Amino acid sequence: MDYTNDPECKIPPALIVNMPELKENPFRNRIVESFSEDGQGNLSFNEFVDMFSVLSETAPRELKAIYAFKIYDYNVDNYLCKEDLEKTLNKLTKEELTPEEVELVCEKTIEEADLDGDNKLSFADFENMITRAPDFLSTFHIRI
Amino acid sequence: MPRKRDVAAMEEVGIEIDGDVSDSDDDVAKRKGNRRQAAGRGGARARGRGKPPASEDEDDEDEDKAPRGRRGANKRQPAKKRGGGDDDEDESEDEAPKRKRGGAANKKKGGKAQDSDEENSDVGKGKNGKKGGGKKGGKEEPDTKGKKGDTKGKDKGKDNDKKKKKKGDSSSDSNSDSDEEEESMSEGEMAQLMEQVEEKKKLIATIRNKPWRMKRRLTLLKEAQEFVDKFEGALGKGKGRKWYAYKVMMTKKWIKFQRDFENFKTACIPWESRIKEVESHFGSSVASYFIFLRWMYGMNLVLFGFTFGLVVIPEVLMGLPYGSIPRKTVPRPEQANAMDYSVLMDFNGYCKYSVLFYGYYNDQRTIGLLKFRLPLSYLMVGIGTFGYSLMVVIRTMAKNADVGGGDGDEGEFTFAWKMFTSWDYLIGNAETADNKYASITTSFKESIVDEQENQKDENIHLRRFLRVLANFLITCSLGGSGYLIYFVVKRSQEFANRDDLSWYEKNELEIIMSLLGLVCPPLFETIAELEDYHPRIALKWQLGRIFALFLGNLYTFLFALFDEVNSKLEEEESIKNASMWALKEYYANYSRMLNDSEATPPPMDPSDVIRGPCWETAVGIEFVKLTVSDIQVSYLTILIGDFARAVIVRFLNYCWCWDLEAGFPSYGEFDISGNVLGLVFNQGMIWMGAFYAPGLVGINVLRLLSSMYYQCWAVMATNVPHERVFKASKSNNFYMGLLLLILFLSLLPVVYTIMTLPPSFDCGPFSGKAKMFDVIMETIDLDLPAFMGTLFSYAANPGLIIPAVLLMVLAIYYLNSVSEAYKNSNMELKKKMQMARDEEKNRRNNANSTNQVMQDLEDLLPNKSLIPAAPPPEPEKRPEQETKAAKVKPGSAGKGVNLERDVSLASSNPNARGPVNRPPGPRGPGPGPGRGRGRGPPSR
Repeated sequence: MDYTNDPECKIPPALIVNMPELKENPFRNRIVESFSEDGQGNLSFNEFVDMFSVLSETAPRELKAIYAFKIYDYNVDNYLCKEDLEKTLNKLTKEELTPEEVELVCEKTIEEADLDGDNKLSFADFENMITRAPDFLSTFHIRI
Repeated sequence: MPRKRDVAAMEEVGIEIDGDVSDSDDDVAKRKGNRRQAAGRGGARARGRGKPPASEDEDDEDEDKAPRGRRGANKRQPAKKRGGGDDDEDESEDEAPKRKRGGAANKKKGGKAQDSDEENSDVGKGKNGKKGGGKKGGKEEPDTKGKKGDTKGKDKGKDNDKKKKKKGDSSSDSNSDSDEEEESMSEGEMAQLMEQVEEKKKLIATIRNKPWRMKRRLTLLKEAQEFVDKFEGALGKGKGRKWYAYKVMMTKKWIKFQRDFENFKTACIPWESRIKEVESHFGSSVASYFIFLRWMYGMNLVLFGFTFGLVVIPEVLMGLPYGSIPRKTVPRPEQANAMDYSVLMDFNGYCKYSVLFYGYYNDQRTIGLLKFRLPLSYLMVGIGTFGYSLMVVIRTMAKNADVGGGDGDEGEFTFAWKMFTSWDYLIGNAETADNKYASITTSFKESIVDEQENQKDENIHLRRFLRVLANFLITCSLGGSGYLIYFVVKRSQEFANRDDLSWYEKNELEIIMSLLGLVCPPLFETIAELEDYHPRIALKWQLGRIFALFLGNLYTFLFALFDEVNSKLEEEESIKNASMWALKEYYANYSRMLNDSEATPPPMDPSDVIRGPCWETAVGIEFVKLTVSDIQVSYLTILIGDFARAVIVRFLNYCWCWDLEAGFPSYGEFDISGNVLGLVFNQGMIWMGAFYAPGLVGINVLRLLSSMYYQCWAVMATNVPHERVFKASKSNNFYMGLLLLILFLSLLPVVYTIMTLPPSFDCGPFSGKAKMFDVIMETIDLDLPAFMGTLFSYAANPGLIIPAVLLMVLAIYYLNSVSEAYKNSNMELKKKMQMARDEEKNRRNNANSTNQVMQDLEDLLPNKSLIPAAPPPEPEKRPEQETKAAKVKPGSAGKGVNLERDVSLASSNPNARGPVNRPPGPRGPGPGPGRGRGRGPPSR
């Protein structure tokens, strides 16, 4: 890549996802996608820096919450709906839970965190929930 | 602005100013208010002034007289003249009456200025007031420009007028005044600039916290930095940069250090990674066993330290060597095969006469150069072992209870937190990641089990009936096995007196016991299926029931032991008498033959001396044997029951007629209850035996250490997770409770023997004493000053002990009721929190959720067309406004600056401006900030 001549060049997600820092992450594709401007995971340098800035240890909780929300928002509609949760759960457990269990967990999650009763999690719901999570800060960061 | 009224009120204005001048502090504030009004609203001032109540006007006039006179006298003064001339020039655009008035005002002002020469403080305040006015005037200029050219002119005139008059003041004063003014002007400007710079700096510092794309951040950052660079240098504030960089660097270093320290601390927790690995695959319930095991290891390590440091090592280093006295020598008949393996494995032979056991220790009061009081130390360590264990167990229980109380909130977001925060983004290692997947899955399963338990609703009556039935059955079987044990023990006592016993009759007790241990736990488990408890609760029941069963074990063991001890004591008595008699004979012969009354010990090899059975060592050997056999059995069980089974299932599965892995034998599950109870009972043995066999603690430490590695390996290699993985209760308090019970039970026999049984006459540290605790009396009598002895005798007085016990009981009662009260208030608080949460939920239901963050979020949505994101509305505009304002202000600095000064003055002396906020008539359109703020305070 010739960055000096073409500062606007973008790195395809396939390359970034194979970084050792992201390689084992079940959400690696989502991370890259949510930080890219085109939603496809092609990252410019700025976006790349952005990504590690947010995932750095010193980034504040609110910022991390925003991006965590984006990462878990698979269908990019600014709401975490049941499908998003199912996908998240399946990634987390490598699909080792039975469909009934997945159903139960997703329902319970929405029931716990949904404050406005629309059966999906808005960012406000998500933030309210995540700011009280004891280990969100300690787990949602990457050391380079 | 009503000019005519202005004119009409002209005279009053003048009067009033004069009054102001001559007035004291209160009027200064008034004057200031007047000034501002004059500057800001021209006529309004006159009008406002025109309305004060008559009394005040009169006052003003009264006060006026003298100044007016003075003014008249000063009329010819150059300062005043100059002021007047300036005024005229300024107001040339004004209408005639106004000019007149202005002139008059000016004249008056000149007078005032001179007056104020006398009161410097007043001048300063007046100046401030003027500045405020000037600033307001400047601010209002744009607003009033078009409509009120005249007003503006007048304002300007007033401003200039004031300033010039200032300059025209008497020399010393005017100089200082003007200096001050310039300085304060730049000060105010600086203050504002600095505010902006600070804001920009804040933006720079927090720009990484803003949810913006990097592009936008960069541009904003650049802007802010340019601004800061531009103005920071001007303000001379650049020198903080190095310090700031240093601070940032140190913060980073500090964070890194903390992280490393945290890592180090984690690395110092033994077997943490091992336990985590087990936990990730088998759930927290299995891990809780290993955590318990680790805790036991820690506690035993401390006990080991005490015992070896204070008893064993001193005896080895400073005591008499092996073979020097009878108790440290293997008796001659045994010497031939004292080194045989089978003998050693029974802890006879050399083992029996080693530091491992009670009998080896000498009864010398002090040993070595350090005068170490070994017998005393032995007793103290023996008692201290129990004291320390009790303390640790109870403290841990209390701490765990604390933890248990703290997780009441857990129910709120269990699944959501698991879903969104359980993955650790730091994981970059494939193996760790696999473990993490397993652990997440396990923890989800655990929570699902809990949840299903909550949702379960069936026939409650049927379940209750089944539970009662199950408990009835188990009580029956427990009672049955208890009776069986009792019966067998009785029989074995009968058998003890007979010689013609078959193999079965000899070993009946052991066989029955192990059969019970084999049959009952699975039986209980089967019965427990009826109850249909949550697995965590079922585990507790199971533990309790098997514990009750094993108590029978303990009971028979102790029973047998006491029988043995009693027989040994009888035997010892006879031997003691015999040896005493022999010794007496010897001494008699010795002194008769040599006429030497000095007692020289008989010239006998220590291994030939007649010696008693030494029941303490015998008891110690029993416990050591029991412990060792327990180790062997449990290790063999793992090897055969788990490992061999796993190997067979795994490899025979290729050539078997049914699926071994899924079908009948399958792999073993980790038996939590059995292992925990094994550990607990083993610890009971250690506590009971440690007094008679100090080496037992060392053996136990080795056992726990190897057990940790061995069982970790075994569970990972040969076991499968439970069918229903369940979450262990956060506190291990149930295990601890069992441990405490066992500790208490094992405390009893040991204390009983220490307090009542006489120690052996020829072995152990207490030989030759009537009771073991006599060693304490001896120390008190011999080593402590006499008054301590009397003190102790007083302390041992029942009259003192009974009140002390009473006091303790009362204290316990008090603490108990206090804790009850706390519990209640805790519940109340929890309820309140729940209510608050519900309320919040309801509130949120109604609230509109559009806010800044949502907009930012929208902004961050992928932009397919790749058009740079639109500038966000609010945060960007504000800085711009401020830059504009900042750029404007330098020009109008003189006016802009004084705002703060004015405000501060206003608030410092608000009541003085009472008259200003009289209900106003028609008023100038520009509601200057000064007015708004000026009106605030006096309204109260």
